[in-house]
Amino acid sequence: MALTGVEIFKLLPKTNCKKCGQPTCLAFAMKLAQRQASIDQCPDVSEEAKQKLGEASAPPIRPITLGTGARAVKIGEETVLFRHEKKFVNPSAISVKISDNLSQADAEKVVAGIMESEIDRVGQKLRVDAAFLSNDSGDASKLAALASLVASRAPELPVIISTTSPDAAEAALKPFAGKNAVLYGANKDNLEAMAQKAKDAKAALAIAASGLDEAAELTEKAKAIVPDLIIDSGARKAGEMLRDNTYVRRAAIKKGFKPLGYPVINFVGRGDNMLETVVAVLSVTKYASIIVLDHLEKWQSLALFSLRQNIYTDPQVPMQVQQNIYKVGEPGPKAPFLITTNFSLTYFIVSGEVENSKVPCRLAVLDSEGLSVLTAWAAGKFTASKIAQFIKESGIEAEIENKELIIPGYVAILSGAIEDKLEGWKITVGPREANGLPAFLKSRA
Amino acid sequence: MSFAPPKETWSGKTFEITIGNGAKAVKIGGENVFSFHGFEGNYPNKPVIAYEVQDIPPDDWPQMAKDVYAGVSADPVTWAKHCVEKLGAKAVALRLAGTHPDKGDISADQAAETVKKVASAVDVPLIILGSNHAEKDSVVLVKAAEAAKGTNALLGKAQEANYKTIVAAALANDLKLIAMSELDINLSKQLNILITQMGFDKERLVTDPMSSALSYGLEYTYSVMERIKLAALAQNDAVLQGPMLADVGMYVWKVKETQALEADLPQWGNLKDRGVAWEAVTATSLLVAGTNLAIMRHPDAVAAVEKFIAEMEG
Ligand code: B12
Ligand code: SF4
Repeated sequence: MALTGVEIFKLLPKTNCKKCGQPTCLAFAMKLAQRQASIDQCPDVSEEAKQKLGEASAPPIRPITLGTGARAVKIGEETVLFRHEKKFVNPSAISVKISDNLSQADAEKVVAGIMESEIDRVGQKLRVDAAFLSNDSGDASKLAALASLVASRAPELPVIISTTSPDAAEAALKPFAGKNAVLYGANKDNLEAMAQKAKDAKAALAIAASGLDEAAELTEKAKAIVPDLIIDSGARKAGEMLRDNTYVRRAAIKKGFKPLGYPVINFVGRGDNMLETVVAVLSVTKYASIIVLDHLEKWQSLALFSLRQNIYTDPQVPMQVQQNIYKVGEPGPKAPFLITTNFSLTYFIVSGEVENSKVPCRLAVLDSEGLSVLTAWAAGKFTASKIAQFIKESGIEAEIENKELIIPGYVAILSGAIEDKLEGWKITVGPREANGLPAFLKSRA
Repeated sequence: MSFAPPKETWSGKTFEITIGNGAKAVKIGGENVFSFHGFEGNYPNKPVIAYEVQDIPPDDWPQMAKDVYAGVSADPVTWAKHCVEKLGAKAVALRLAGTHPDKGDISADQAAETVKKVASAVDVPLIILGSNHAEKDSVVLVKAAEAAKGTNALLGKAQEANYKTIVAAALANDLKLIAMSELDINLSKQLNILITQMGFDKERLVTDPMSSALSYGLEYTYSVMERIKLAALAQNDAVLQGPMLADVGMYVWKVKETQALEADLPQWGNLKDRGVAWEAVTATSLLVAGTNLAIMRHPDAVAAVEKFIAEMEG
């Protein structure tokens, strides 16, 4: 929990020596409370005070990085319960289970599937983030063999090693030393040994508790050895996961309860893949930082990536595409030329419908700060002069024969004004809804 | 260490609304906690999924959604009975799509006939929807309401542009009513106020904040729903205490992800599961956000969501 200015003041030397650049210790305390100053600016502060302030200013849910390099992902660090309050910060890491009972060929297939899972969506690259290597066999050498297979086939892929045996953990973690792996499976019986193995490999430690009481106890014990902890409360049914994830998030954020101030891992694997997918919906929307799936189907990834993207966008800043003139198909010099705004949703609906029409087109996307057509028009971001300026500066006039621009039906009112500003151009009003575009375009072709 | 779960109980609660009559009537709402939060408060009624049925064949649905109703969708009565008897529908949402001026312009009287026939053919609660053409709906839904008198059906949707006649019809025929506005909590509130000012009891009103499909604005619906539920519970705002509706199928089954062939987009995986997943994921996330009643199209998607609901309960 953040401290108030007065609480911070009590921890300062109270000499008002001004070395921090503030007239008094109290003034400095106020700056600290507002996070406009750093404690290091006071040379005389005690170590004890520093530590207390450090704890108090730590984020309520500890940030943890999985993996290193280009595929590293950050989890935790969330600050709110509802996305309309403030952006959810670090998207749930989606991971897929690989059992050490699989044959080498089958395991390789899953690894390859993970590495090929990347999809470009509304301008973002989305993919499966991690592999969950599960010691189902109970045999340490099998887990170690799987670990070295993954490390050699996918050296950049973040991994979670799952076992309850400290020895198996040590062997499996070896290829990932220093690579921010996660060791899953610390329970009340093996806690210290597992924490030690995680520490040795510079890995995070995931607690496998039964209940939140026990989870809090175990993190308190483990944190002296490894600071980066992840919580599995033991919940497996969707309803239990909602309850525990919600309690953990509230305890951390609203109560400043440190023993649960860590990212949460959920296991959603089900024999029925469609059920697994909808259970994962709960984990994405309600607070899981790592989600372990049993399946890896392309349709499943696409749906879950899309959901995660929706939930983790900034509610204040809509997703946008770059201002540009995009080609759909291979438009010739006489192909229809349309304009829309750069709100991702608008762009993808319109470009999708243009694609559906099978008529090659050019689609101008005007930077309107990520607003939909009508919203942008109402906010003065999609105006005749902006459109005219964009068209002139784009150089498109050299590329096409027909100087005709098709505008969205909802802004038909703009057509006269654009014609005035774009000499020699004809403005045509298109349909209002994008789903009218295929018929509209075909009828002109 | 003993951990005291930070439970949150609220002073407000949503209204419990009954739709339909007899043994198969359904209740929605009545909770004083967020969706599925029975662990900390009162959550008496789990969400209900209604199957969508149309007065005209679903020519504009994607192939895979059309296919599942191939033998029955030529006639709304057969289609509705199929949903109830074969698929176990707990409610049927009859959309009078054919009344739209662009889709046949079926007359209000003829639509009313359809309502009458469907209502007498099935014993589950009925949701009666217009074609979403504001002007035409204000005529069609009046006749449809008369035809549905005594069924305790849910009629909709009343929107800012046409609510007056529709509200009056729901009042006169003792029906429940859906009020829809476009993705803005203040607009929802304003419309609900206008409707209650006409003497319509707020305890008979269902709020539709407008749905959207996964990847096509879902986050707007999701957050507006969470905000409405929060206003109902935490601020005890009576105007927003009606249960919420998500009209899922009609938004999902027009997006590309439910239609594009795997041959064209191999990285999207097989169409059959993708289409079902698109509807099931959209619906599930909106249930989590606060939906009490969802309207869906594909039986496999409904089945997945119902399994999810069962897992949330026990
Ligand atoms: C969500 C929303 C917002 C969000 C913004 C979301 C965003 N990123 O744009 C927020 C809350 C921020 C917002 C703010 C405002 N909004 Co607003 N908003 C909406 C809402 C509910 C949905 C907009 C949306 O996402 N539509 C979906 C997208 C995909 O639609 P679209 O871009 O229009 O694209 C469609 C068509 O135009 C067509 N199309 C698009 N491009 C092209 C191109 C061609 C060639 C063709 C043929 C077709 C075509 O295809 C698409 C699909 O059919 C609408 C109501 C509504 N249902 O439209 C109001 C609405 C657009 N907003 C409105 C207003 C007035 C505003 C504000 C000025 C004030 C206010 N009331 O809040 C502010 C302005 C913001 C600012 N910065 O100043 C009004 C506009 C009124 C008018 N006729 O001018 C509307 C219509 C609501 C209303 N009835 O009052 N808004
Ligand atoms: S430097 Fe430290 S002791 Fe000196 S005034 Fe600032 S806060 Fe007080």
